[in-house]
Amino acid sequence: MIDDVRAEVRAWLATTWDPNRSLVEWRGMLVDAGWAAPDWPEAFHGRNLPPAAVRAVSEELAAAGAIGAAQAGVRALAAATLLEHGNDDQKRRFLRGVLTGEDAWCQLFSEPGSGSDLAGATTRAERRGNQWIVNGQKVWNTSAHHANYGLLLARTDWDLPKHEGLSYFVIEMHQPGVEVRQLKQMNGHASFNEVFFTDAVVKPENLIGSEGGGWSVAVTTLAHERSGFARSREAREDGGRAGRIYDEYRQEVAVANEPYSWYPQRAGRVDLVIERAKETGAIHDPAIRQEIARLLILDQSAQWYAARFREAQKARRTRGAEGSISKLAASQIARLASDVHTAISGIDAMLTGPDSPHGGIIAEILVSVPAVSIAGGTDEIQRNILAERLLDMPKEARFDTGPFRDIKRN
Amino acid sequence: MEFAFSAEQEQFRDILARFLKDKSPPRAVRRLMATAEGFDADVWRQACGEMGLAGLHLPEAYGGAGYGPVELGIAMEEQGRTLFCAPFLASAVMAGYAVLLAGSEDQRHALLPGIADGSTIATVAICERAGLWSESDITVAATRAGDGWQLDGRKRFVVDGQTADQLIVAARSAAGVSLFIVDARADGVHRSAANVMDPTRKLADIDFDAAPAQLLGIEGQAPLDRIFDAVLVSFANEIVGGAQAMLDSAVEYTKLRVQFGRTIASFQAIKHRLADLLVDVELAKAAAYQAAQQLADGDSATASASLAKAAASEVYMRAARECIQLHGGIGFTWENDTHLWFKRAKSSEVFLGTPGEHRERMLQAMGV
Repeated sequence: MIDDVRAEVRAWLATTWDPNRSLVEWRGMLVDAGWAAPDWPEAFHGRNLPPAAVRAVSEELAAAGAIGAAQAGVRALAAATLLEHGNDDQKRRFLRGVLTGEDAWCQLFSEPGSGSDLAGATTRAERRGNQWIVNGQKVWNTSAHHANYGLLLARTDWDLPKHEGLSYFVIEMHQPGVEVRQLKQMNGHASFNEVFFTDAVVKPENLIGSEGGGWSVAVTTLAHERSGFARSREAREDGGRAGRIYDEYRQEVAVANEPYSWYPQRAGRVDLVIERAKETGAIHDPAIRQEIARLLILDQSAQWYAARFREAQKARRTRGAEGSISKLAASQIARLASDVHTAISGIDAMLTGPDSPHGGIIAEILVSVPAVSIAGGTDEIQRNILAERLLDMPKEARFDTGPFRDIKRN
Repeated sequence: MEFAFSAEQEQFRDILARFLKDKSPPRAVRRLMATAEGFDADVWRQACGEMGLAGLHLPEAYGGAGYGPVELGIAMEEQGRTLFCAPFLASAVMAGYAVLLAGSEDQRHALLPGIADGSTIATVAICERAGLWSESDITVAATRAGDGWQLDGRKRFVVDGQTADQLIVAARSAAGVSLFIVDARADGVHRSAANVMDPTRKLADIDFDAAPAQLLGIEGQAPLDRIFDAVLVSFANEIVGGAQAMLDSAVEYTKLRVQFGRTIASFQAIKHRLADLLVDVELAKAAAYQAAQQLADGDSATASASLAKAAASEVYMRAARECIQLHGGIGFTWENDTHLWFKRAKSSEVFLGTPGEHRERMLQAMGV
């Protein structure tokens, strides 16, 4: 069956693939032919193919040099969420634009007052006449300044318990009631946005799932976000091929990757440690050698742990919380790496910019590492998860039951 | 490289774990640690007979079961978990690997079957001062005497040196460092038990005074590093078993202990400490398991052996310390069992090289 799929894709590519088409035109053809998302249902651009066949399709596309469906950014999360919770009308309206890349998406969950406690959102959506009116503020929204659709979690009932009063919407970002402002981080980059809603409008047909059922929809989005967190977020940029479609694709990838340029630095850049120690002569300092070795041991052990976890996942022998072990290990590695880089650079660690160590990369490590233990679930939340799910220790006492209106909040 | 245990390996682990749970509960450990020999000869016979434990990693041609470092690692991990008192590390692992890696074909056939079935208890006498098995530390002198050799000098920290029948001794001749086989009961071998902090692991000092010896393998070519790597990998697996036992014990106790009207496991301060410990224990286990895989694959295991020893022994110490802390006052008593593992953790931290020495050895093996 896989061979049939391969043959069919190959034959189709032979007659259609042309690098001088526009990216959108090409992806439209890909969608119409059912090759953009072959695992999706037949009713929505797919062919209902199993994972092995999907891999075969990707391989055939890559072998021909053909560009696949748009994947970068939040759009993949939007698609996964809509496929699971959207109605047919919503799938019809939104999924095609996800695959062609014509629409860009952002996620509107976190708020200044609710980070780890996402279900404590206070951005409100109220029904006025035949539409929803949204007021409030979201934060940490990647690429919101490029997006035309947002995945919005908002409170629609303040008298229900907090998880039950939330609803999930698709909001159009280009409207007067939505203001997007870039948020500058301590490392100088601005990878995220704040989004302010002032009587912003959501059409009633853009409620995803049921009114009050928003939390379970958000959980789906978050689950896909977490499983993607393990994979590299960075789309790959194909080097140097000629043709209009490649130019457009390179542009798309550059825009998608721009917010993540400092992500390798926030992980600590263990890969640079030995090179830097040789450059500076710190490699001969026994005390620094010990710290380097500690770091390499931690990093290698975490890689081995992750490889074993992936094997266990394949064999379905996990308890589902092991990702938190890798997440906490990543925090330890990043912190230790930043200490080791500091020890190696010595007083030069006071400097920043292109003339500072390693063209400014070391400075960027030192001021980016604090993000690792916060983003994607703080270390403290990961520790709760491990204690409660892997060590079966008691759950935290709750002080947030009863009507949301009465719960203490920021 | 494999990143998972096979179903057969997991099954072996379960069977061995049941055996050890039955034969090596803390009260048995306490009884045996108070004896001079430090192990129960009947249980040792059963372990080697029914379970084939001592020959697990030795080839079938020499009476072993023909498994490799991964299965040996499982066996060591489970023994470390229960502090099984037996001459396994000394005889099966250290002497077994020494004979396998250094001995001639005839010598393997002569020595390994007895080691594999547990009827011979052998050990290695390599350390003198430092814990790392480096040739430069070896001063015991080997001189030719008639058809054989004689040894003069002093070895220290010989595991189960008091009870061993055969000693594999590293000594120096004009050609360099070689390994020798010495009958532990021969004239000229004077053994004295060391006063050890960890009484579950017996050590002896051994003086050689014109002791008769037989060359093991080739003169001047003792493969100390290869033996050391194999021993370290299996030792690291023993260590992570102990660390896991300390984590399990701490978690279990905090769920029982009530203070201020709630189990102390419900305090976030304690949940977070144990979650952090879980991370460290899991990473050290991954290191110990993959070092064993690398050895099994026949790759150079020096860097990963030292990596695993450094990682595992530090985590064991930390786990033991946390376990006492989370037990509170009772954890500092003789009656509570935690100190048995704490002392094993301390001896494992420094035996066969400290974590600091292994970090340096790892870097050098990596060419850094």
